[in-house]
Amino acid sequence: MAIIIVDNKSYTVDEKQNLLAACLGHGLNVPYFCWHPAMGSVGACRQCAVKQFKDDRDQTGRLVMSCMTPATNGARISIDDPESKAFRASVIEWLMVNHPHDCPVCDEGGECHLQDMTVMTGHVYRRSRFPKRTHRNQDLGPFIRHEMNRCIQCYRCVRYYRDYAGGRDLNVFGSHDALYFGREQDGTLENEFSGNLVEICPTGVFTDKTFFHHYTRKWDLQSAQSICPHCSLGCNTTASERYGTLRRVTNRFNSQVNGYFLCDRGRFGYEYVNSDKRIKQVLIRPEGDRAKPAQPEVVPQALALAGDRLRQARGIVGIGSPRASLEANVALRSLVGPQQFYQGIDERERQLLSTILNILRTGPVPSASIHDAEQADAVLVLGPDLLNEAPRLALALLQSIRQQPMERVDELKIPQWDEAAVRNALQNRRGPLFLAGYQRTWFHAYATDSYFAAPDDVARLGFAVAGTIGQVAPSVPDLSREAKELTQRIAEALTHAQRPLIIAGTSGGSQATIEAAANVAWALHRQGKQPRLSFVLPEANSAGLALLGGGTLHDAFDSISQGKADTVIVLENDLYRRADQATVDAFFDKARTVIVIDSLEHPTAARADVLLPAATGPESDGTFVNQEGRAQRFYQVYIPQGAIAESWRWLKDLAHAQSAQTESGAGVAAWNTFDDAVSATATAAPELARVGEIAPPASFRLVGQKLPRQSERYSGRTSLLSHLTMHEPPPPVDHDSPLGFTMEGYRGSLPSPLISQFWAPGWNSIQAVNTYQDEVGGPLRDEMPGVRLLKPAVSNAPAWFTAIPRAFQPASQQWLLLPLSAVFGSDELSGRAPAIAERIVQPFLSLHPSDGARLGLEECSAIDLAWQGATYSLAVRFEPSTPVGTAGLSLVPEVSGVRVPAWINLFEAIKSEGKRRAA
Amino acid sequence: MNIERPLTQHLHPDGSPRFLREYVAAGGYRSLRRLGTELTHKDVQRLVGESGLRGRGGGGFPTATKWSFVPMGPDVSKPKYIVANGDEMEPGTFKDRILMEGDPHGLVEGMIMAGYALDAEVGYIFLRGEYHLSAQRLNQAIEEAYAAGYLGKPLPGTAFRFDLHLHSSAGRYICGEETALINALEGKRAVPRAKPPFPQTVGLWGQPTIVQNVETLYNIPHIINHGAEWYHRLSRTKDGGTKIYGISGRVTNPGWWELPFGTTARELLEQYAGGMADGVRFRGLLPGGISTSFMVEEHLDLPLDFSSFPPEVGRLGTGTMIILDDQTCPVGFVLNLERFFARESCGWCTPCREGLPWVAKLLMAFEEGRATHDDLSLLEMHTKWLAPGHTFCGLAPGAMAPLQSALRYFREDFERHITTGGCPWSKQSAQQRVLV
Repeated sequence: MAIIIVDNKSYTVDEKQNLLAACLGHGLNVPYFCWHPAMGSVGACRQCAVKQFKDDRDQTGRLVMSCMTPATNGARISIDDPESKAFRASVIEWLMVNHPHDCPVCDEGGECHLQDMTVMTGHVYRRSRFPKRTHRNQDLGPFIRHEMNRCIQCYRCVRYYRDYAGGRDLNVFGSHDALYFGREQDGTLENEFSGNLVEICPTGVFTDKTFFHHYTRKWDLQSAQSICPHCSLGCNTTASERYGTLRRVTNRFNSQVNGYFLCDRGRFGYEYVNSDKRIKQVLIRPEGDRAKPAQPEVVPQALALAGDRLRQARGIVGIGSPRASLEANVALRSLVGPQQFYQGIDERERQLLSTILNILRTGPVPSASIHDAEQADAVLVLGPDLLNEAPRLALALLQSIRQQPMERVDELKIPQWDEAAVRNALQNRRGPLFLAGYQRTWFHAYATDSYFAAPDDVARLGFAVAGTIGQVAPSVPDLSREAKELTQRIAEALTHAQRPLIIAGTSGGSQATIEAAANVAWALHRQGKQPRLSFVLPEANSAGLALLGGGTLHDAFDSISQGKADTVIVLENDLYRRADQATVDAFFDKARTVIVIDSLEHPTAARADVLLPAATGPESDGTFVNQEGRAQRFYQVYIPQGAIAESWRWLKDLAHAQSAQTESGAGVAAWNTFDDAVSATATAAPELARVGEIAPPASFRLVGQKLPRQSERYSGRTSLLSHLTMHEPPPPVDHDSPLGFTMEGYRGSLPSPLISQFWAPGWNSIQAVNTYQDEVGGPLRDEMPGVRLLKPAVSNAPAWFTAIPRAFQPASQQWLLLPLSAVFGSDELSGRAPAIAERIVQPFLSLHPSDGARLGLEECSAIDLAWQGATYSLAVRFEPSTPVGTAGLSLVPEVSGVRVPAWINLFEAIKSEGKRRAA
Repeated sequence: MNIERPLTQHLHPDGSPRFLREYVAAGGYRSLRRLGTELTHKDVQRLVGESGLRGRGGGGFPTATKWSFVPMGPDVSKPKYIVANGDEMEPGTFKDRILMEGDPHGLVEGMIMAGYALDAEVGYIFLRGEYHLSAQRLNQAIEEAYAAGYLGKPLPGTAFRFDLHLHSSAGRYICGEETALINALEGKRAVPRAKPPFPQTVGLWGQPTIVQNVETLYNIPHIINHGAEWYHRLSRTKDGGTKIYGISGRVTNPGWWELPFGTTARELLEQYAGGMADGVRFRGLLPGGISTSFMVEEHLDLPLDFSSFPPEVGRLGTGTMIILDDQTCPVGFVLNLERFFARESCGWCTPCREGLPWVAKLLMAFEEGRATHDDLSLLEMHTKWLAPGHTFCGLAPGAMAPLQSALRYFREDFERHITTGGCPWSKQSAQQRVLV
């Protein structure tokens, strides 16, 4: 700790910071542009100049850039010094020489960092009378709008895109005052994290194109915390609404999870909520004739009818969902009883998830948060394709590879915030990152070593690494020489690290890779390291559902086919994505009544006798448990229109309707508010006991008040409904959370899940996050980053996994068909968002060129693949990284019904080879 | 020993090059023969220190002091680099070109010697892109030096081996700034780096690096061969050695001369350049490139070296001066400079990137008769704000040196542009005034 003196007042600061961060951390307003808490200092914009004095006798001082000056003990500076103020105003004046005065029509207006800094410095009158330079803008694809005239050349976009996120196709061109930040030519920004440019850009050069299509000023948005539903990482987002539609998703800082950044799937996938394929009303199919379409019905009648059906049922099967909240799943379980509650996932997935949970429960190694992953100094990935399955984790690993080389930076006494110097010192030095899997992406360019092999061989590599590290862990005989050498390198790198991280996942369907990852981590633990494990799971609440437990989907099928039950309730789950069509058809055919609760039309919803329109995440309150076992709360941003209601509420109503004739008020039927759902969830399984702690209950008040979802400047409240009524209806009352659907309420320091939007006096942009942190870049004040439900076993030496698979052997007629996840397309919900849909590639089959030749295929040829009772049109890709004897199938919506991995006879399955497509 | 012009005495008057045979015959590469136990790298460092050699690129930083920050010893990070800064883009400056074209081996020898002194095994010559002839001749010299074993092999009596590469710049004035030069050499945008860390510890590819002006490097073998005392005797001041001075502008005999360090501008102008050309009178001069301040009549007797200039006169720079005469508009003269600076700004930091074009446009307004008295204050604002430390590197402060001094010495000329509504030197604007 150091004491610095700012304008004759003493402040205690961390001497490892620069003066800018130190000042911001104390709420002192120093304007800046090129600095960013996650990207350090480069000293380009000169906006953060302050006066520094040698000592208390020095009256002259000199201007220094606070971002480039260490906060050394005794440093004496002035922010208010007239010369420094005048200089900072001049910097704005220079930036404004070419900046268009288009704030009223600029999407950034009202949350523009440049506006904030301009007001902060006091620059008002334009003295330059010369023409402004103009640029041509580029089409950057469906996510980002480009308006180069607004650019103030802070270089943050290229620093973020290239240096932080590993992108290649955005750059700075030209020099002097003719700089251009864009692509070499028009075209979609390729990087999976391009959306962060919207928040990185201090002004309106890069703006959210999806938001533009239904634009609303920040102050007119009603907002609340959301948890991204599009993968298992649980990134925190702020979801915002106006006029009953979801308008945008922005990053919500959580120091333990996503920090400052989201992936594009998470940021732009939200529009499924506004989809015209939304189920908006209750549909009932008259009993007895399933050929007839379901008809709209009013809610009371529908519930009465559903209640009748449930009472008449000879056994009810409840099928839960890994994309539904814990509370909704618990509600279903309560309604049907634990014995009849099924997880709605297949046996293999359930097995993998339970293995993972047991590893985290019984082993000594904890799971890694994304923040932990960024801090890891050596990483081994066994299996998952992070860029496509858990993108934000891949972004974290791009930072982790700087950890080990940072030792050199420390030796050179370069402060870690001095990004310009750090990059010069690091150059291309990268810490260990080993990627083993079967799909190559650009991410592999950052790997120390890449190993492309079938899942069994990836597992063998992992087991071998564990055996080499631990020497007590089982070793792998008959390893290839290549794998043996790689094993040595990996083992060496991991044992030289202090915080190694081992990552595996469920996507390859391989139990062995998961077990191998555990062996590696446990072996490192025995060496006195502080390893972490991270498992990439299929969906947003896969971990929560697994903690809750329950049978598999096929157990549910059996229950109906064996006549143990005749009624099915499906919660937010399209079973046709999880089992083959014939099986699911037979299941629904056999069931007397099918009740489906979901938000979007899909084949399962089409089979419903009673279809209940479910609220999506931003329309409901709920809890997800992410892949590290962190339970996080999301909040209803707005009340959905019409009959749409939260799934847990439908289930409560169903339970109520079912028990209407009886006096029973037990279980879900007795729930009144979301807090009841949370309480029930906390008792549903021992490990869920702490879900009540992740956020304050609905009764939480500050100074006796609820907390508003709307900004103080929310406009038009009295006229929003003027086309319907001349009166201003009272705002809806929220009994489920401490939040209100209003502008009124307590404004001040809030527990982090209850913050509607980050906003502070003088800080209208997302940069206002600084003002919510005690130390810039550190945790939020009153941060409630979720509760980790799984604790590693203390001083427990678990038994090694010993089921080492045999080496993968290509078969003569069969290929192992493996899933290729796609960041755009593999996730069910985001794929329904138009902007994401634009980025989904045509389905393809990836083959090793030698296998392609064996099959007599040509690259880029079009084939029909008949498989599991359906035919798919696919393009053929030759990819040397695809292991011989395997074939990769891109998981995009057209092939969402395919269940892989599985063995397939491609000689038989490939029915026709279409004309060779033009290259 | 009576060598007065060590750098240029052997240059052919016709500008043709001296290659290996001729160079060796005249004593070239002699300095390398003593390397080893007779002359350790510490000895070379000490000799250069005693000689008082100061950087000839314009900064005048003591070479030995610069070297002293390079980490030495067996445990330091390797490789270390020596980079010759041959990006001679300073307008009016052509001294390095004379040396490289006429005597390419002198640079090779100087670099080997500097490399030996610092135990740096790889050298790069970063050459101005337009210097095609220098590139040709240096490449031939490098080839010859490899063939003769001066490069690429351990030098006799030592384990030291030096490799040398030539890189022709893609252009940009900013590449003369040593850290921008390093970025350019790495294939990155030619943008300066923040200091600290200095290149001596974190330089080319993150390794310890010395960037040295070409003329400086030419001095080193002579210091080794003849000693520090001799070197001091060459000079009239406490900065050792000779200096290649040059004069361009309307003088009788423009050119370059290797003279004792500390020669005055008046001597140069009158004795060597033959005085002002017929019909023009002296008004001022920029002593060394365009990022130095104007000197006027009263400064002509100052010794041209790194230690004799009072602060208000500024700095010597490269010692190759440009003369302003009375038939040339000082505002137009400065406009020409500021346009150059605005165009050559790398675009990294705000004051330089946005301020210099504004300055150039303001000066244009003066020339076109559209300037106001407020514009004078705007120019002055820029001379105040574009100061060392305020901007990322020295380019913008350098750009302000001629402007600020012009506003001091030629202020009435600026004001005449305002009051007469145009440039008093311009026939065109005189006609326009008549028309108005």
